[in-house]
Amino acid sequence: MGMIRTIQFRLNGRAQALHTDDRRTLLWVLRTDYALTGTKYGCGEGYCAACTVLLDGAPIHACQTPVSALDGKEVTTIEGLAADGALHPLQQAFIDHGGFQCGYCTSGMLLGAAALLRGNPHPAREDIVQALDHHLCRCGAHQRIVAAIESVAGGKDASP
Amino acid sequence: MSAGGGLDRRKFMLLAGGGIAVFVALGLRLALKSDGTPQYPEDFNAYLLIGKNGRVAVYSGKIEMGQGVMTSQAQMLAEELGVSVHSIDMVLGDTDLCPFDFGTFGSLTTRMFGPALRAAGAKARAALIELAAKRLGVAAAALRVDDGVVSVAGAPQRRVSFAELAGGARITRIADRNAVLRTFKQFRVMGRSVKRLDGEVKVTGAAKYAADLRLPEMLYASILRPPMHGAMLMQIDTAAAARMPGVTIVNDRGLIAALHADPQSAAAARQAIRPVWSLPATTVDSETIYQHLAADAESLRVIADRGDVDAARKHAARVTESTFLKGYVAHAPMEPHAALAEIKNGRATVWASTQTPFPTRDRIAAALGMGHGAVRVITPYLGGGFGGKSADTQAVEAARLAQISGRPVQVAWTRAEEFFNDTFDPAAVVRVASAVDAHGRIALWDYAVHGAGERGAIPCYGAANLRVRSGTELHYGPATRGPSIHPFAVGPWRAPGANMNIFATESQIDIMAAAAAVDPLEFRLRNLADARLRRVLEAAAAAFGWTRATAPSKRGYGIACSIDAGTYVATIAAVGVDSSSGSVKVSRIVCAQDMGIVVNPDGARMQMEGGITMGLGYTLAEELQFRGGDILDQNFGTYHIPRFSWVPRIETVLVENNDVPPQGGGEPAITATGGAIANAVYDATGARLLRLPMTPARVRAALGAMAQS
Repeated sequence: MGMIRTIQFRLNGRAQALHTDDRRTLLWVLRTDYALTGTKYGCGEGYCAACTVLLDGAPIHACQTPVSALDGKEVTTIEGLAADGALHPLQQAFIDHGGFQCGYCTSGMLLGAAALLRGNPHPAREDIVQALDHHLCRCGAHQRIVAAIESVAGGKDASP
Repeated sequence: MSAGGGLDRRKFMLLAGGGIAVFVALGLRLALKSDGTPQYPEDFNAYLLIGKNGRVAVYSGKIEMGQGVMTSQAQMLAEELGVSVHSIDMVLGDTDLCPFDFGTFGSLTTRMFGPALRAAGAKARAALIELAAKRLGVAAAALRVDDGVVSVAGAPQRRVSFAELAGGARITRIADRNAVLRTFKQFRVMGRSVKRLDGEVKVTGAAKYAADLRLPEMLYASILRPPMHGAMLMQIDTAAAARMPGVTIVNDRGLIAALHADPQSAAAARQAIRPVWSLPATTVDSETIYQHLAADAESLRVIADRGDVDAARKHAARVTESTFLKGYVAHAPMEPHAALAEIKNGRATVWASTQTPFPTRDRIAAALGMGHGAVRVITPYLGGGFGGKSADTQAVEAARLAQISGRPVQVAWTRAEEFFNDTFDPAAVVRVASAVDAHGRIALWDYAVHGAGERGAIPCYGAANLRVRSGTELHYGPATRGPSIHPFAVGPWRAPGANMNIFATESQIDIMAAAAAVDPLEFRLRNLADARLRRVLEAAAAAFGWTRATAPSKRGYGIACSIDAGTYVATIAAVGVDSSSGSVKVSRIVCAQDMGIVVNPDGARMQMEGGITMGLGYTLAEELQFRGGDILDQNFGTYHIPRFSWVPRIETVLVENNDVPPQGGGEPAITATGGAIANAVYDATGARLLRLPMTPARVRAALGAMAQS
């Protein structure tokens, strides 16, 4: 059983003290308590990666993560990817390459891609495909998403 | 005024408070072939307003679901009006602000709605020039328009902006068929790959979808679903759920839901509801459905007929008969259906993920017992539609729950609900008998489709003796209607019916080509009179580097073509088949398309790539598993859609044809994907797969059968 307690963590660079039932799921806490709706529900079971956020820089499925896992950690959502109002190079590249259509999987894709480049600033095409293979996109923007990531990885703005 | 109950002209000008407004009343007589979709009414289909600040607002009933029409509509208007796309504000799918529209489907936005928008732009531009001529004291003919400014040709300092002209004006115009549209040679905005206007909001997470909207005091709903379609509720115990803190239970005429201010608590309460269901006997399943569909033979209607099919069959040296199958396919948009409803002061406002805001508004009004004037549907961004967001029961559910609870209510389907409530692409059976003459020309084509409907059923090939029949008529309108031959709801799915019909037709063509020992491209060209389709095939072949060979050549190359939504498509696929696992890996796809004038080349290519990628799913993997009304697939753990590792190198070729107005873009490319890949599998292996999807097990079975024979 979980318990109602205060969880201290950082969310997009700001300290938070969240007083809640610690069994609650990060996805719903982000979307309701914090009104950060850029993180999407797609399947609720960890199959589609639409809810991907970064926990201390590592991609996780927010739909599979209880808030009890957040103590002392840093959560980055799509709303925190752009620094000081300037788009992250990956965000700009997604626009430039048309790496989205409906946009629903885009938040998760961008955070997955940002995590990839953090660990591997110059991934080969196969590395990108492998890293994003569990991210589902129904519109079929895959080829352009890969091209967008390659364009950032090849450039000097590669490290997120 | 709008017969459909959109905003009328008088109210519009009151709201706008002046400016220059243009109403579009083209009376587009749109009769979709055979699918039951109503025509556009003789009505106002769009409003355009140039405000005092010089910004241009377009009110359109079309919605943005990823297909890019927010941008392409703005481009068409910007071209005719003479403004930058960035000075245009698109207001889409709001039933209070936008004029009536049947919905966004059928690759119709650019084809059918585009001319109306362009006419409105042309009319507004003429009105602005007229005003400017008076203001500047010159003849209209001496004026030019650039980026929202009218100036005297040769004296650019004598100028007046749209904002200045609109400021003091209160002018209305009605655009008509006679509006003079700019020609291809004059284009400055159309024909360019303008970046999508929805880019920044989508990469920052700021774009709002229906489930992202929040209202004070709102409750989240979790709705009780039956375990299978056709189940009857015998008993229900909601006591335990109702005792949970903060929970409201609704049990009203079949709608049973738990409401709570927290979505997870609503779901937990719904799980605490104890229903007892009576289950119907299961009839058909994923394997026996085909017999059931084909048994419907007596309902076959002839939709095309020429020559004497019976005589041709008798005289043919060899008749090739094939039966093709395809299962049910889910839409599976990444965004499940969602809606937020609020009822205040006798008016309902419903934000809904819908492709059909006006029909949805009318369904909500009927469910609430309100007049349609008391209901407003607002359409935020859609996270994919593909035809699946047309029935919109979630919007009715949210509205009913808001009415019952007296609070704003959000309904956001889970993925399991999305699968359960989907209006699937129907399973289908095609039976075709064909023969060629001594010159390799098609002498007989006797074709019958059961289950899928007739889009794409009539071949583009010449055949001396031809008969095409289609089974029980399917209504591919905005909503699934009435009982049908299928065990659960089916509905329009990206190019409804055409994916199956083109797969079957193009496979049969290849079978004949192989039997005649003629190269598949050569065989098609020999039997095609249509110059546009021939040109598209040749363009695809040139881009691919096609060299002639009789299949199976072991190269793994396959070709298919189609005409869909006014657009001509030819696709060539290269595949590798792993004979031990049976898995098919598509390595390359070249797709050439003649869609007339291309409004946004990059946007058109994105739709082609998207269609081809989605097409990999119905071709290789997607097939709903069910037993009667029991939908066994509930998530992506068992129902697999295309992912990065499946996607080949996709090369798109836009075949220039600027003599033809813009044609459909969202659907055509997907229609040829299945046929091209099936033919490539045959070319690689010599095994002919007659059933979609071509799963590894089926490929192995086909290879095994070939080895035995």
